[in-house]
Amino acid sequence: MAKRMQSGALLMALVGFTTVAAGRSGAEPLGLPPVPIPADNPQTPEKIALGNKIFHDARFSGDGTVSCSTCHADEKAFTDGPRKTSRGIRGQFGTRNAPTVINSAYFHTLFWDGRASSLEDQSQNPPLNPIEMGLSSFEPFLKVVREDPAYAAAFNKVFNVSGAAITIEHVKQAIGSYERTLISGDSPFDRWYFQHDPMAISDTAKRGFEVFVGQGRCVSCHVIEQDQALFTDNRFHNIGVGINKIQADTPRLAAEFLNAKAAGASVDKAVLSDPKTSDLGRFAVTTHFDEIGAFKTSTLRNIAVTGPYMHDGSLKTLKDVVKHYNDGGKSAGDPSINPYLSGGIRPLNLSEQQMDDLVAFMETLTSPAYVNAKTKEGDAAP
Amino acid sequence: MSKLITRRSVMAAGAAGAVGTLTTLPISMVRLAFGGTRDDFTFTYISDAHIQQIKGASFVRNWDMGLKRAVAEANLVRPESDFVMFGGDLAQLGKKDELDHGGEILSHLSPKMHCVMGEHDYYLDLGEYWSKLYGPQYYSFDHKGVHFIVLNSILTTDDWTFHRWPSAEQRMLEMAGLDNPNGSPFMVGEKQRAWLKENLAKISHETPIVVFSHSPLQKIYKGWNFWTDDAEEVQALLQPFNSVNVIYGHVHQIQYNQIGNISFNSVMATAWPWPYPQSYAQAESHLPVLTVPMNRGDPFFERDATGWQLIDVNSGRVAARYQLWDNDPRTVAFDQKQGRPVDLAFQEPTNRRPPQTHY
Repeated sequence: MAKRMQSGALLMALVGFTTVAAGRSGAEPLGLPPVPIPADNPQTPEKIALGNKIFHDARFSGDGTVSCSTCHADEKAFTDGPRKTSRGIRGQFGTRNAPTVINSAYFHTLFWDGRASSLEDQSQNPPLNPIEMGLSSFEPFLKVVREDPAYAAAFNKVFNVSGAAITIEHVKQAIGSYERTLISGDSPFDRWYFQHDPMAISDTAKRGFEVFVGQGRCVSCHVIEQDQALFTDNRFHNIGVGINKIQADTPRLAAEFLNAKAAGASVDKAVLSDPKTSDLGRFAVTTHFDEIGAFKTSTLRNIAVTGPYMHDGSLKTLKDVVKHYNDGGKSAGDPSINPYLSGGIRPLNLSEQQMDDLVAFMETLTSPAYVNAKTKEGDAAP
Repeated sequence: MSKLITRRSVMAAGAAGAVGTLTTLPISMVRLAFGGTRDDFTFTYISDAHIQQIKGASFVRNWDMGLKRAVAEANLVRPESDFVMFGGDLAQLGKKDELDHGGEILSHLSPKMHCVMGEHDYYLDLGEYWSKLYGPQYYSFDHKGVHFIVLNSILTTDDWTFHRWPSAEQRMLEMAGLDNPNGSPFMVGEKQRAWLKENLAKISHETPIVVFSHSPLQKIYKGWNFWTDDAEEVQALLQPFNSVNVIYGHVHQIQYNQIGNISFNSVMATAWPWPYPQSYAQAESHLPVLTVPMNRGDPFFERDATGWQLIDVNSGRVAARYQLWDNDPRTVAFDQKQGRPVDLAFQEPTNRRPPQTHY
């Protein structure tokens, strides 16, 4: 794992990421490091605006009904809560919970299983996925942007291209640039921890922080550093969600998946169309036995407004999540522990009070901009 | 990481000129360096589970999880391994309950299993219950042109075994300790050596031989019984053969060595690494008393520095692929040019990864 993180760092160095955000003052929100910007895709205000427009354009789908923002909605903290898994074209449901786009600029890999290596790379998958946006190729959408006068002018201004010279690569770069602006810190936790404002969070939340960094063992994966906190280790762990349901089937599923992959099947399509294949997790990408049922560590920023939780949205509340960890990766009502469980997961012996404190702590991680996100049951559907 | 086969490992294998280049899990006919052809095959090696009863139906969770994970992953290997070796120390204190509990976990293995006796299985009832479960304590079998021999290498003197201790429980505890002046060095013993001599008499010197023992059939460190007292005498019986490979457990770490014509490879434990660094357990760990600390790659993960291995003898020499949890895989394979086993990733000091401190 450590080796893998090194190679991730190496990759970023090779691609030429810079840590100074072009077009930004360099003053990041409290609690966050500078946004890594790829050298081959510098930020410009025009490019960001173009990406914003594409992100919200439903013409990017097979029937003109689904945009990126359908499942990553602005008013829902860029998720589609309270949906467990996302609803794509023609009312189809996928297998995975829509993660928030907020602060995804910091992730080393994208998607729950890390099958994309950059925001640009990520952005090309949902449009072509038959469950999500259902385009059979990029051509219909490229036709739109080549012919629409406003798009044509914008592509010309940003990339100095027009007509057939506009490719999906430009679209991907624009979306990536826009997404790199969706960063958000300055939560009550940040004001307490990094600015030392004792009134920023409650005593309950402060006790929860002690559990977070101590007995709860949370911080080992949801990382807090000295001057910033991304609340993720960018690694993949089997924590007993999803995989618990398919334990008996795993040898068959793994073998079938490997055969299908060797025969050229798309990982993106396979994992989003079949819930059991989805639960194989990172294994589907790397085929490492060690990553069966493993998923990427989510950031915890804005976690209170981005439920439900886990790759399959199977845990409704933060308390459910804390209970799952407290039980050492057991699923409610199922005594078995999956044999591929991460070596970091074990029963925590937290009291009800400690679990409630932990939830109170996580509720301090919401940025001011998203306090009123409409992601709860009963909030108006889009 | 338990990545079975990677492009990097293939390249590394090629670069080191080592046997067992890893293009895929091999099922093919290969021409052997020593002449003739036979079927390639792979076997799985799981060792040192140390299943430990706390009380009644309560067993140490960490050791249970290691063995369960090895068994579950071994069942994912495709094409299926020809067989599984379990390398000894299934139990921690030789108790029937421990052997039964461990045996239940091992029973989920799909391939056929062969077992080696470990001292933790033996010194409570001198192997009686283990033998009921797994049969003879030393034996041989032939598989696809390779002669496999299993020895019980953890015996010791009759005086220590039969006349020193007031109870079987104390005898077991004394042998389980490290740096224990009350312990006694392991040995194969005269009776098994005579059997081995006779067994080998029927075998052509061209036949690849693989010997499974629990303790190393070489002398490494007496204080921890990384030692077999009559190692030289056993080695002398093996030296006449062109290709001899000894695979042992017990040491819970990766070791490899060459003595004359004999290659030595150790296998990892599923329980804990030796000399064990403490994991960041923040809870009672049930580790035996610490004598010498060592850094571990990532102390947060209990499974770090443990694992299992896939082994082939396709060249007549052992290529051991270590599946190390929460860590990079490693391969130790015989290098024909150097005439000894090499670690394909960690040969040069400059290639080594420094240990990490965990706060």
